[in-house]
Amino acid sequence: MKVTVDGTAVLARPGQTVAAALLAAGRTAWRDTRGAGRPRGLFCGIGVCFDCLVVVNGVPDVRACQRVLADGDDVRTQHGAELPR
Amino acid sequence: MRVVVVGAGPAGLAAARAAARQGASTVLVDAEPSAGGQYHRGENVVVPQGVEHLANTTVWAVEGTRLHLRTGPADAPDRVARVLDCDALVLATGAHDRALPFPGWDLPGVVTAGAAQAMAKAHGVAVGRRVVVAGTGPFLLPVADALRKLGVDVVEVLEAGSPLAWAREPAGVFAGRGKLAEIARYRAVLPRYHTRSTVVAAHGENRVTAVTVAKLDRDWRVRPGTERRIEVDAVCTGFGFTPRLELAVAAGCLVDKGFVRVDDRQTTSVPNVYAAGEITGIGGADLARVEGEIAGTCAAGGTPSASLLKTAHRGRVFAAALDRVSSVRPGWRTWPDERTLVCRCEEVDLAALRTAVEEHAALGLRSLKLTCRVGLGLCQGRVCLRNAAELAGIPHDADRVSRRPIAAPLRLGELADTPLTPALEE
Repeated sequence: MKVTVDGTAVLARPGQTVAAALLAAGRTAWRDTRGAGRPRGLFCGIGVCFDCLVVVNGVPDVRACQRVLADGDDVRTQHGAELPR
Repeated sequence: MRVVVVGAGPAGLAAARAAARQGASTVLVDAEPSAGGQYHRGENVVVPQGVEHLANTTVWAVEGTRLHLRTGPADAPDRVARVLDCDALVLATGAHDRALPFPGWDLPGVVTAGAAQAMAKAHGVAVGRRVVVAGTGPFLLPVADALRKLGVDVVEVLEAGSPLAWAREPAGVFAGRGKLAEIARYRAVLPRYHTRSTVVAAHGENRVTAVTVAKLDRDWRVRPGTERRIEVDAVCTGFGFTPRLELAVAAGCLVDKGFVRVDDRQTTSVPNVYAAGEITGIGGADLARVEGEIAGTCAAGGTPSASLLKTAHRGRVFAAALDRVSSVRPGWRTWPDERTLVCRCEEVDLAALRTAVEEHAALGLRSLKLTCRVGLGLCQGRVCLRNAAELAGIPHDADRVSRRPIAAPLRLGELADTPLTPALEE
């Protein structure tokens, strides 16, 4: 399966979550906080903490640890609080 | 009759199996793509025969025995809405890791033990190459072992408490002898296991690159002069568990000492609502399965066997002892410094929390939230509210910390497009 992460093609396995694919690709952070702009990535891993938010196909506030990738998904870093396109 | 079970971990699976066996029309609702929960994550779990499994389905509200569901990819805007009524409800929503704040705990690479385990079990992905595991309770060992099996260098496993406390729990040791014997499975990581120790700081610019570990006294205060620095690229932390009580609280169930109160039939304080597994007390998968079977049987109008009730009782003796041995000690409150975030979502540090209490007299949980925004972010206080209340010295009960009428995030468009009653064909 091929997906895009911040414009770069990344290979993903069916059933893989966004967070698993990002970690496997060597990323540890994929969100900047709204206040101090600090980097965040995986924290609770089970959908509770909302730290690992990404933008998927233009929709912000998607938990990377919960969302299973679909072929062709466009994933990008979320900067602060973003509005849907 | 229809029984709905929420949560497809060991407790929920057992409840659904038992309810279906009693002849009830049984629906098993779970947010994950496949059944099994955190315990069976990555395994190919077969849903019991005769059970309708609603995967990828979030229960975002409960009104009596009416559930509001959304089915589809996590956090997608176009999930399918459904309203489900039932005659009996079994809640088996489980628990999540409790994380305690320390300087640098918000750096990428610092994750909960459960996150590391989920990544390892479901995806075979390691959260780092050189890792320290720190926290309290027997759960740290399987996490460390899962990482080791992926080829991770597990540098140290740090237990803040002392397992010697089991010496004061002979009844608990006897009741849980099988569980305690499981520790032998993790002998490969035992040489790296240190007690009365923890990670007191994580260092790094944009990700963790090192930690400071230290010895702790009985109350978990740092013993000065024992600090050591270790280079790592990840930290896994877990200080016991917080039950996921939203749905139980929304259903009106009485919560006692942090957990849903149930009788020996797993009956809550609300008629036709049952609870099983970690939301009734942290006891592990074996006890969860037994409680689930009792709950499912009773929810469908059956009678559990005496031997099943006896097994559950024995499991609870062990769980109560585990709770005492692994209890979080108050000295943790000395770990964060002024700049340490208490609330990760709203980026509220300890200094802001103290100002709210000392200068603005925020002496209750609600006024504390409204004064400094602690617990008002995206996670709705799931991670921080318990810690914030303890740091502020504010008494809190679990049901107030878990009161979230919208139990899972819902986009405004979805809320606007919500059916109020079940579809006609049902």
